[in-house]
Amino acid sequence: MDLVLQLLFTGIGIGAVYALVALGFVLIFRATNVVNFAQGEFSMVAAYLMVVFSVDLGWPYWLSFLIALAGMALFGVIFNLGVYYPLRHRTYLPVIIATIGASILLSNSVLAIYGPQPQVLQGWFDTPGIQLGPVYLDSQYLLIIGVTILLVLFNFWFFEKTLLGKKLQATSQDKEMASLLGISVSTMIMITFIYSAVLGGLAGILVAPVLFVSIQMGSTIALKAFAATIIGGFGDVAGAIVGGLALGVIETFGAAYISVPYKDGFAFLVLIAFLVFRPQGIFGERVAEKA
Amino acid sequence: MSASDNMIPAPAVRSKPLIIRHLPYFIGAAVLVALAAGMQFDGYILNILLQATTFSIAVFGLSVVLGLCGQINLAQAAFFGFGAYAVGLGTADLHLNFWLCLVGACAITLVAGAFLGMSTLRLGGHYLAMVTISFQQIVTLVMINAVGVTHGPDGVANIRRPELFQSSQSYLAFCVAMLAIVGYLVWHLPDTKLGRAMRAVRDNELAAGVNGIDVFRTKVSAFAVCAVLGGLAGGLFAGGFAYVSPDQFSFAESIQFLTMSLLGGVASPIGSAIGTGLLILIPEWLRFLKSVPGLYLAIYGLSVILIIRFMPDGIWGFVSDAFTRWRAHTKAPPVAGALLLKPATTGGDIVLEVTGLSKHFGGLKAVDGVDIAVKRGSVHALIGPNGSGKTTTLNVLSGLYKATAGRIVLDGTDITGMAPHQRTAAGLGRTFQNIRLFRSMTALENVEIGAERPGNTMIGKGDDALTERAMEALTFVGLGNRANELISSFSYGHQRLIEIARALASNPTLLLLDEPAAGLNSTEKLELHELLKRIAAQGLTILIIDHDMTLVSEAAQHITVLNFGRRIADGESMAVLRHPDVVSAYLGSE
Repeated sequence: MDLVLQLLFTGIGIGAVYALVALGFVLIFRATNVVNFAQGEFSMVAAYLMVVFSVDLGWPYWLSFLIALAGMALFGVIFNLGVYYPLRHRTYLPVIIATIGASILLSNSVLAIYGPQPQVLQGWFDTPGIQLGPVYLDSQYLLIIGVTILLVLFNFWFFEKTLLGKKLQATSQDKEMASLLGISVSTMIMITFIYSAVLGGLAGILVAPVLFVSIQMGSTIALKAFAATIIGGFGDVAGAIVGGLALGVIETFGAAYISVPYKDGFAFLVLIAFLVFRPQGIFGERVAEKA
Repeated sequence: MSASDNMIPAPAVRSKPLIIRHLPYFIGAAVLVALAAGMQFDGYILNILLQATTFSIAVFGLSVVLGLCGQINLAQAAFFGFGAYAVGLGTADLHLNFWLCLVGACAITLVAGAFLGMSTLRLGGHYLAMVTISFQQIVTLVMINAVGVTHGPDGVANIRRPELFQSSQSYLAFCVAMLAIVGYLVWHLPDTKLGRAMRAVRDNELAAGVNGIDVFRTKVSAFAVCAVLGGLAGGLFAGGFAYVSPDQFSFAESIQFLTMSLLGGVASPIGSAIGTGLLILIPEWLRFLKSVPGLYLAIYGLSVILIIRFMPDGIWGFVSDAFTRWRAHTKAPPVAGALLLKPATTGGDIVLEVTGLSKHFGGLKAVDGVDIAVKRGSVHALIGPNGSGKTTTLNVLSGLYKATAGRIVLDGTDITGMAPHQRTAAGLGRTFQNIRLFRSMTALENVEIGAERPGNTMIGKGDDALTERAMEALTFVGLGNRANELISSFSYGHQRLIEIARALASNPTLLLLDEPAAGLNSTEKLELHELLKRIAAQGLTILIIDHDMTLVSEAAQHITVLNFGRRIADGESMAVLRHPDVVSAYLGSE
């Protein structure tokens, strides 16, 4: 029982990271109707930015954190202008191929600069964790879970209660109508990319002390996050979060009770199972093309 | 229409047998094989050539799935690896015959490709991209971790070749011959029934479905063909290099295959070969870049973005585009005879009988208990104000929406539960309000896809009969002389006519026309009216939806009126149009 609780805590912690990245996926998907396959690289780039500022330059953690997030916002702008925007009138296939190209470009540029050795990033807190009854609560996981809860609340408030959030929703639902109402669609899409890059970056910085900062972390996280969006129901914000948490838990238990080397394979198996038996996911994707 | 009515018309277009037309290709291929066998290469050149040859076959696979069918596969290296390990483990560990292993490699990849495709291809393209990436990661994980079977990171050594091709030189010649054969098949594929179906699916899935193409099966076929070519290539690769290890089949290699395919031009095997050749040679010329890990792949990633942005059809696409444009204006289409329509008559007097048809979207009852009976040989109109449920009815009839309740019987067959392509096979033809043509194809090719409807009794065997039928249909609508032009060069009105020709070529039992007059100018409307008369004169039953009251009242003998999803009037045209409920629905009541 103690082990089960411990695994549950770890699973939710890692699942929260998947949820954050999945959220970034969904937001871009809703705004542009394409899946951004470089979403995982957003996390990887942010983690390396942290390494540059905090480890290599030795700046204070909080300052590095803020600068890294600001860097991610700028990165979102560049990504949109370089990858999505020129292809916005084409079909989805060229766009996803371009984002795959971007993913390869990003991870291997970092590899060329930093080499293959994983980097180590300190956690936010000096205390490694606290013992609560039978369960050891790692401080970084606690931070991840806390930040995720805050962000989910913020996300809800932002999209439902603010004018900008409503404009973003309008854009994702009907671009033509939104532009007729005086909403600048390209600005809304730009904001989505910035927000999504910052979210992905935040996930990367939070998870970096738990994993290592490596080239592969982007694609690993992206794969899980994508599986999470399918489990939750494609295009659904709540689905992405529930799916991410569920996947984190499944994976942690799978690694503990079945096999460690194949840990990364469980996401794929769950993904296939959902595709075959419930492709619309837990919450259901809104899909219908009019003839 | 004389006594020859029952006969399939003899093709007026007759082309030379394929084997003679394509003789230059085979001569060229034979010369290449002879060169590969006869010229003395040093080991380094030999390896590069062997790599280029086997990789090209794998990239051919991508030109089928991505170029022809518009579906993505980011796991080609995994299928390549399947093939390589099948031959590697089979010959080195199990001491099996090489040929047996090569066949096994193809069989395994066929099954794996079909299974992976079936699990995902009913869903959107994003799923396929991510699932193939996941599959690729899993395959790599297994190759590295299942040490007992795969030897893990050490890889498989001492892979054997067939007795016949022991020397590297002769093995290379064998691979070049395989490349030539596979290249021929892939090159010829677009002009076969399956190839046309793939292109139709790529251009417009909905239209492909209502033209009798099983969209899902076509996609799975394309995906499986791609996987098999990957497996075959991998098997040949393993025999050639005698040693394989997991890192040769990683995600990075899948991306490399993709880049090769995109660079050369995804639509053609020639492009695949060009792209593969370049991406194998360029790194050899720029060896110094290899000293920095990651730099190559970074450049590949950047190239992918730049190619997609600036050269979406690749190098070969760029060249062949210019060629096609030039050919379209020089090659005159063949002259065709008159189009014969012989709608099937298996059922009774009523061709289409709809009873209690409903379609609800959540709480909205778009169509609510509608009955329609379309008499054989008549022109029947379905009218109603905007939002009355006309197009929804049509979409339920052609199978794009599932009926919530009710029954649809076409010529004695219950089609209520059928998929769109099955309804088409049962004799349904339709056009769309917002035109859905296959945009990368010529007018003739579009109509050929219609003519290829399963169960079309009006075409004989072979490509010539198909072309003949399509030409007749295009000539019938007055566009026979422009058959070889691409869809984009036709006006809106003419595109509508091509859509009608596509439906007519299939010799349907019932033709559904969804607002055919929408967006046409007055001359075009007159022409459309004439066309409808000529179609009806041949006894084809038509169900037409339109707003144009002049067209409807003159063309249709029978009218059904919908309002708010319910039938409010039904009967002989003039009587219905004078019906007080109809007048108030259109003009408002006092």
